[in-house]
Amino acid sequence: MSIKLIEAKNLKKSFGDFVAVDNINLTVERGEVVGFLGPNGAGKSTTMKMLTGFLEPDGGEIFIEGIDLKTKPLEAKKSIGYLPEGAPSYSDMEVSEFLSFVGKMRGLNNNELLNTRLSDMAEQINLKEVWHKPIETLSKGFKRRVGIAQALIHDPDILILDEPTDGLDPNQKYEMRDLIKKISTNKAIVISTHILEEVEAVCSRTVIIANGQLLANETPDNLGKQFNKKNMFSLKVANKLNNTQIKDIKSSLDYKKVTVKNLNITDTLILIEDEKENINLNKIMTQLKKYKLDINEANFIKPSLDDIFRKITQ
Amino acid sequence: MNAYLNKTFIIFDRELRGYFRTPLASIFLLVFLALSSGMTFFLGRFFERDQADLTAFFAWHPWLFLILMPAIGMRLWAEERRSGTIELLMTLPVTNSQLVIGKFFASWVFTLIALLLSTPIWITVNYLGNPDNSVIFISYLTSWLMAGAFLALTSCLSTLTKNQVIAFIISSISGFILIMAGFSLVLSTVRSWAPIWITETIGSMSFLSHFSRVQMGVFDLSTLIFFVSMIILCLWINIQLVQIKKAD
Repeated sequence: MSIKLIEAKNLKKSFGDFVAVDNINLTVERGEVVGFLGPNGAGKSTTMKMLTGFLEPDGGEIFIEGIDLKTKPLEAKKSIGYLPEGAPSYSDMEVSEFLSFVGKMRGLNNNELLNTRLSDMAEQINLKEVWHKPIETLSKGFKRRVGIAQALIHDPDILILDEPTDGLDPNQKYEMRDLIKKISTNKAIVISTHILEEVEAVCSRTVIIANGQLLANETPDNLGKQFNKKNMFSLKVANKLNNTQIKDIKSSLDYKKVTVKNLNITDTLILIEDEKENINLNKIMTQLKKYKLDINEANFIKPSLDDIFRKITQ
Repeated sequence: MNAYLNKTFIIFDRELRGYFRTPLASIFLLVFLALSSGMTFFLGRFFERDQADLTAFFAWHPWLFLILMPAIGMRLWAEERRSGTIELLMTLPVTNSQLVIGKFFASWVFTLIALLLSTPIWITVNYLGNPDNSVIFISYLTSWLMAGAFLALTSCLSTLTKNQVIAFIISSISGFILIMAGFSLVLSTVRSWAPIWITETIGSMSFLSHFSRVQMGVFDLSTLIFFVSMIILCLWINIQLVQIKKAD
């Protein structure tokens, strides 16, 4: 059995003259959580819509558990659970009614099986208190959870979630990430987001999409390493420096950019930036010796995923 | 086949219950009953006619349906597109035809309920005299088929927009054109420049002429076939339009 649950080759999609997705290749294996990262309008949603069979690609092919989505859409769609952007649902239905509708459509025809799955969802996704309420009366957090429950009702191998935490408060976001982590062990999950911390928190792989193209496909750590060049160094000292000292330090350190800033009455921050990885610590320390600085903190600055993202997509 | 019908039924069931989830259903049923009986008694002069038949009742149906069927059908696809649930529906393991047919039948069965609720008037004429019950039965059947044709048209047109009001307006206008096609005023205008077969085709498309023929007690199969093929044609276009318009 192939462990590639999703395999997309050379996906292309245009809307008129606008190329939304341009030659994207992607495979997702069981146990992986892949984070789609990209600015708005980058092609994340379009890619997801193609993976779920909502949109037909203009070119390329998609295999879901080895089944061609184009020639056998009904069969392929069975193993996918999908949360569309904005978590749409039938707002006039009660949570239980809505989930049992989706469950039946997903092939849970046996009443016993359906009821087991429904109570699993109520338990696992914490929907008990709103179980018999119309969806339109629910808070955003609950609506999103209903959306997740709807995607999980048939216990699919593949889960595709378009911005699952969008619009949730920090606690709800935390819960949602927790839930995704919990269910990820035996599934292939694709989530899209533009929140970078989310990728670090839940994803085993980051895919960066911009202008319809796949710009990076790495683990968050690898992505960090790739950009984590030692070209930014910061020193925090417990001294107050006067203007001449500041000027002096700036001119004596021969790097592209040296910033010296008084943080408060006693502390000063010295920030050294260079284009290449040629910051020589020994040299810096010797040069600064004459000022008799009390160094409190000294470290290379690690770029955040935010910085990396901006560098890649700009 | 069984699996096909099963999914279609689940769609049908959700949609039909949807009508009753809001006050829409009861309001609609009340309006239908009030208007149809009001028109029968006041505009149709039911008592003054002094005849035990339901001509005065059925004569108003094309005009009633012109407004009421778009009101029932306008949400079928426009609402799915507006709320984004169309994305949910169309990523389920289900075909477009199952969705279109399930939804259509829900609205059609809903109008059947409305028609059934009007049957006390049938009982009334039987109490007052000796009507030809077979004519009344066939009139009911044709009326329901005509309602189906209006609904299929509305369902089809409601895929074109995300706005229910626009869906309502374009469906009513299209329905009006189909009713008017049989009027001599329209036909004589066309006859003056078009070849005879075009005039005849337009005339034969008229809902009104087909429906009034049944009312006169003439039941021919062509009327039945006309409305059924109208429904099939509209639903077929509906299926294609859903595919084209889903992601707009």
